[in-house]
Amino acid sequence: MKNLLEHTGLEPGRLHFSWISSAESTKFVDVVTKITDEVKALDPANKKYVKTEPKVD
Amino acid sequence: MTQYIDKIKEIANRVLTEGKVEMVIGFRKGSVPMMNQPHLATSAESVDELVWDSNCGLNLANYLTDKKGTIGIIAKGCDSRNIVTHVIENKIKRDQLYIIGVPCTGMIDHHKINAMFDGEVLNVEESGDSITISGNGFSETLSKQELLAENCAVCSHRNPVEYDELAGDLVEEQKDVDQYASVTKVEALSADEKFNYFEDLLSPCIRCYACRNACPLCYCPTCFVDESRPQWVGKSQDPTDVKTFHLLRAYHCAGRCTDCGACERVCPMGIKIREFTKKLNKDCQDLYGWEAGLSLDERPPLDTFKTDDPDEFIK
Repeated sequence: MKNLLEHTGLEPGRLHFSWISSAESTKFVDVVTKITDEVKALDPANKKYVKTEPKVD
Repeated sequence: MTQYIDKIKEIANRVLTEGKVEMVIGFRKGSVPMMNQPHLATSAESVDELVWDSNCGLNLANYLTDKKGTIGIIAKGCDSRNIVTHVIENKIKRDQLYIIGVPCTGMIDHHKINAMFDGEVLNVEESGDSITISGNGFSETLSKQELLAENCAVCSHRNPVEYDELAGDLVEEQKDVDQYASVTKVEALSADEKFNYFEDLLSPCIRCYACRNACPLCYCPTCFVDESRPQWVGKSQDPTDVKTFHLLRAYHCAGRCTDCGACERVCPMGIKIREFTKKLNKDCQDLYGWEAGLSLDERPPLDTFKTDDPDEFIK
């Protein structure tokens, strides 16, 4: 899934997968912190895959 | 490929009169050039309507889903691979089928041919390896190799993989073709270029869903795009909605697509829809060494679990 999305132009680093058990609270915190840091570092103006107002020609 | 037709008719007639099958699924001539249409033959007269030439690009496995009774079906390489996929997905039983295998040398691309001429193409004749295209005020003979559909040009399974009887001698498989040349080209681009490439690619899409309807893999009783409770994807022409449709449709074909090219063939806008499925086919090949529809005894990678399945993407 990741491969095709990135193949069609999603920036690498926007999509993350992880396997966390409900007992692994510390892992959850670590992963979420890491993901938010990585995503914040990306260009916020890049709004691909976000639905915007229709273009008017 | 026109030489197969007598043998196809002979086999179809025989299996129908012997009562082996109730109908034979094949092609008959369409009402416009290069557009052969599916034909269900049930009697000797309707068998006479069957044709076989380089315009039989639709995938006949599409007409097998959940069918009852016994069916004869004419299958080229990709059709036979989709029949195998249908059997392993329990959409039809192998013993309901009598597969008439047709070794294939590729189908011609009607989008390409129509784009080559200014006027309307009114007649396309095939003889051996040459195709004569004519219309009002023009007539040209070209070699079939130049006119092949893109998926046929890179096909490496021209012979049927599963059949009960062959309508001709097996043909030599194409070697040394780079199946994934188009994917490798896009892979080399940057994220922004990729995004723009696919944005341009899909901009003509009118959401007619012809690609889905022609695809033998798309047999869900209600497609996700038609669902309204919940509504998975917006129904507008917004580029995000269009892309969502194409991406999700491609994912549904992951590990199942045989690159038969039916989606591209039926697209009224001539969009290269295979760019999506082709990438997934390449991933399946790289990650699992899998090509769809080659064997009745193997389960596809996405419905089995192995401890050594690749998992680098999970952190």
